[in-house]
Amino acid sequence: MIGAMTAEPSGLIYMVAGESASAAIASNIFNALLKYNATLDLEGDLAESWTISDDQKTITFKLKPNLTWADGHPLTSADVLFTWKLVIDEKTRSPYASDYQLVKKAETPDAFTFKVSYDQAYAPALDSWSGLQILPAHLLKGQDIHTTAFARKPVGSNYYQLDVWKNGENIQLSRNTKSVLGPAQIDKLITRIIPDNSAQFLELMADNIDTMGLDPIKYSRIIPSRPELQKNLNLYKELGNSYTYMGFNLKHKPFDDIRVRKAINYAIDKQEIIDGVYLGLGINIASPYKPGTRWSNAALSPYPYDAQKAKALLKEAGFIDTNSDGILERDGKPFAFEIITNQNKEREKSAVLIQRRLKDIGIDVKIRAIEWASFISRFIKTGDFDVVVLGWGLGLDPDQYSIWHSSQQAPGQFNFIGYNNPTIDKLLEQGRTELDPDKRMNIYHEFAKVLLEDCPIVYLSAGYGLTAMHKRIQGIVDPIPPAGVGYDSHKWYIPEPLRRNEISAQ
Amino acid sequence: MRIDVIKKALSNPLALAGFIIILTIFLLAMLAPVISPYDPDEINVKAILLGPSWIHWMGTDGLGRDVLSRMLHGGRISLLVGLVAVGISTAIGILLGALAGYYRGWVDTLIMRLVDIMLSIPSFFLILAVIAFLTPSIINIMIVIGLTSWMGVTRLVRAEFLSLAEREFVQASRTLGAKDMRLIFTHLLPNSLTPIIVSAVLGVASAVLMESGLSFLGLGVQAPQSSWGNILTDGKEYIQFAWWLSLYPGMAILITVLGYNLLGEGLRDALDPRSGSNR
Amino acid sequence: MLTYLIKRVLWMIPMLIGISLISFFIMHLAPGDITNNEAAFNPKASEESRQKLRELYNLDKPVIVQYGLWLKRMIQLDFGNSFAGHQKPVFWQTTDKDGNVTKGMIQEALPITLMINILGLIITLLLAIPLGVIAAKHYQGWKDRSITLFNFIGFSIPGFWLSLLLMYWLGVMNNWLPISGLHSLNYDTFDTWGKIKDSISHLIMPVIIPSVTGLAGITLFVKNGMLDVLSQDFITTARAKGLNEHQVVYTHALRNALLPLITIVGLSIPGLIGGSVIAETIFAIPGMGKLFYDAVLMRDFPVVMGVLTIGSALTLLGNLIADVSYAWADPRVRRGVVKG
Repeated sequence: MIGAMTAEPSGLIYMVAGESASAAIASNIFNALLKYNATLDLEGDLAESWTISDDQKTITFKLKPNLTWADGHPLTSADVLFTWKLVIDEKTRSPYASDYQLVKKAETPDAFTFKVSYDQAYAPALDSWSGLQILPAHLLKGQDIHTTAFARKPVGSNYYQLDVWKNGENIQLSRNTKSVLGPAQIDKLITRIIPDNSAQFLELMADNIDTMGLDPIKYSRIIPSRPELQKNLNLYKELGNSYTYMGFNLKHKPFDDIRVRKAINYAIDKQEIIDGVYLGLGINIASPYKPGTRWSNAALSPYPYDAQKAKALLKEAGFIDTNSDGILERDGKPFAFEIITNQNKEREKSAVLIQRRLKDIGIDVKIRAIEWASFISRFIKTGDFDVVVLGWGLGLDPDQYSIWHSSQQAPGQFNFIGYNNPTIDKLLEQGRTELDPDKRMNIYHEFAKVLLEDCPIVYLSAGYGLTAMHKRIQGIVDPIPPAGVGYDSHKWYIPEPLRRNEISAQ
Repeated sequence: MRIDVIKKALSNPLALAGFIIILTIFLLAMLAPVISPYDPDEINVKAILLGPSWIHWMGTDGLGRDVLSRMLHGGRISLLVGLVAVGISTAIGILLGALAGYYRGWVDTLIMRLVDIMLSIPSFFLILAVIAFLTPSIINIMIVIGLTSWMGVTRLVRAEFLSLAEREFVQASRTLGAKDMRLIFTHLLPNSLTPIIVSAVLGVASAVLMESGLSFLGLGVQAPQSSWGNILTDGKEYIQFAWWLSLYPGMAILITVLGYNLLGEGLRDALDPRSGSNR
Repeated sequence: MLTYLIKRVLWMIPMLIGISLISFFIMHLAPGDITNNEAAFNPKASEESRQKLRELYNLDKPVIVQYGLWLKRMIQLDFGNSFAGHQKPVFWQTTDKDGNVTKGMIQEALPITLMINILGLIITLLLAIPLGVIAAKHYQGWKDRSITLFNFIGFSIPGFWLSLLLMYWLGVMNNWLPISGLHSLNYDTFDTWGKIKDSISHLIMPVIIPSVTGLAGITLFVKNGMLDVLSQDFITTARAKGLNEHQVVYTHALRNALLPLITIVGLSIPGLIGGSVIAETIFAIPGMGKLFYDAVLMRDFPVVMGVLTIGSALTLLGNLIADVSYAWADPRVRRGVVKG
């Protein structure tokens, strides 16, 4: 099976590489202690079972018996301990260390048991253990994790192992016969590195790659209009764990005024964005969680499009068109601001639609789309912006402390909109220490409700993830489970007559 | 520039064609607000990606905006980028070239070393890095292209000055005690004007192309502001489907750059003393 | 000749320092650094770990100190390691204590870019020389004009657009050529002949498309050179001696007209290296241009600096070779009759 990605991973030790490209490949090679099942509940990956102590501060993982690395070496709790020590090591510059630094003590009573204790109950703990890929201690001991050759020729425990890595061209994985989870069906997973999206799509059209992520236009306009593509490709759509939003810089006037924020929210036609930008392939949201999951509060509904209400609210806030130029003024100053966004077609287009709707109610909006690195360093870190259109991609745990808590506003932290609400802070703190799933759910439902009412951001939409897959790939779970189209990909197979008998010369 | 040179240049059919192309494109760009059938920013989500028709001559884009109107307005930006960038590089080139050619000695050595250094750095790398680091904007793009393409003009002006300085009329004014600045501005510069103009005309062509290349890499004129480069880049994703999104801007760039090149070469030919002789 | 050579080589030292200075300060125009890349913008990345990173790379020291440290290492040809998660050596391979070799990024990328550009240059010359000669012979005739027009059209097409059109036409509609990449996936299983065929088919588009755009300049140069030479005395003499026109043009004139071409080829190197960014991005070729572009977007300073410096050094080297071969090829310069 041949896929493609636009960027090459720098290495396959995800904890230090940190790129999504690295994660995509490494997750086929390594296991974590836990993983999510089809319905997004945690189940054992390397762990057979786990128990949580009564005071909720200690978790004990029992590993499955007879685990081995692809090189035949046994995989034990010592490897897990080694990996934990590695990720929190001073010298390791991992972007993901913070979760594991909360672990006060980790120990291995025997080769199959791994025990961690926290200072206080930490609800996202289990989720964090599904994110840490366990590395082989016997190959990495004494190595510099940042420069080790292991990153380019890893030995793992999952369904696949690295076969060939042709720098800048492709990464070829083949079935790991010693996989701790049993054999995978497809012999080879090949990922080609094709930086340009249009070139990637041409490769898909020419049947040189089997799968590719799509944008709405390719999904609903181009492929359906081409019989030869329809014949070969299955299309999948699934709701991702991400959403697009418009965020106010709450430290700038007039966005500190809730009436202004609400007015803007009412003035934006979210359905128009979904129809115009996502060609209908997105949904409205009212909380920062994937709709349909337990964390998403179904009782909430988005602000409807209501220009009259918006105008009334703005009038209340003191914005009146005194010189009848079509733009509102307050204290003699016209209501004008700039929306900045990064170079993402969907976000740019959303901003353009917002611009028009706000003009309707008398707000003069300018737009700038900026290349990512400059965007972050020049605007986000410095707080030098009025309004952003951005997206959040989220994990499966509902904890969003780093995004909304008032303590997370330092340059480079994620509450860059400067949100400060004591009620929200308290709910976030509670949510982190509450382990009972139902109580936790209530906390986050309340959190989402307060957030919606306070309106620090405008939820624009949650777009569907769109994928094309060649019909030769079979065994894909249908209908798509909550875990996504890629779930259980080790069970996918290619029937003999449909295989590329030799991977065609082109 | 001397009238006879222009006359001679335009007697060359290719140069004439180039001249007409540029004139037409300039007129279209100047008149864009008047002749555009639609507001280039007017959205119509019900008319997304329509092919060319009598209503939209060049079709519509992903937000239902009229491509023809965006092309006309984008043309203004593309031409502006080209002209200002060349303006900057020509100004720098004339200044440094004049200094080097007139004063010679260590000034000359210093300036020519700088030219050599700048010439050996792959300039597209330099442009890419600087624009990315300063955040891409029309102003930055114009300045950076200008700042990285003055070396040719510098060499040219210096060479002209060196050769002119030997000529009698310059020698004469010098002995008559003419001031440096006066000499430079009244005698030397006007006499080297024509090759400078040729190189400027060719420079605009490269700058327009450069902007489209930067757009491809995401570092050109930024949306929602339209330029030919970023309309083309937007359209490249759908080259097999919404062909009108890439064909028209691609052709516009092609024709404009071609026009400048033809005119520039025609002028250069006409200036060349050889071209009169019969061979 | 030897003193000339030594002088030219010594000139390269201040030039290189100038280049490194310019590029280093440009790097620091940027308010951003590696800790701002997309991976770091993950809700779980802590500011502490970014601070650690900044300290390690002296990003918190004054710029001038950073340059000093960098220059010191550059003199030893040590360009350091990439900032990216896995810090590959920027320039040349390193071997760890277990004998594992990690190849350098430039070491891997440079041969690819060089190969493509040298092939492209050869094709450009093969086309440009005859075209230039024909244009000169038929100066201002229709042949001259159509060659000029054709060349300028080639020069004026935005390269990435032409590439995509041809990829679609040749790769998707007709399946004649591979669309992107350098090798087929099962390249290693081919026999030698198969490997050669595979490489050629992958190289056709990335080599030929940039050469078409570069054709105009060189053709013009050949044409003007020929025009100059043809008007010179020795050609008139040759004609007067009764040599036929063919001999005059192709042996006497061409040889003299081609000499200055060596310099032009030397001067075109930075343009070629710089131009490789777009071609390599679109054709998925892991060369210097792609390496540089990625590094710029990631603010991967060691790589940006390394590629700029090596790219410029190569240009200087190219110019040196051009100048020396010019001096060597031109008998007048060789004998010291004419000062170079």
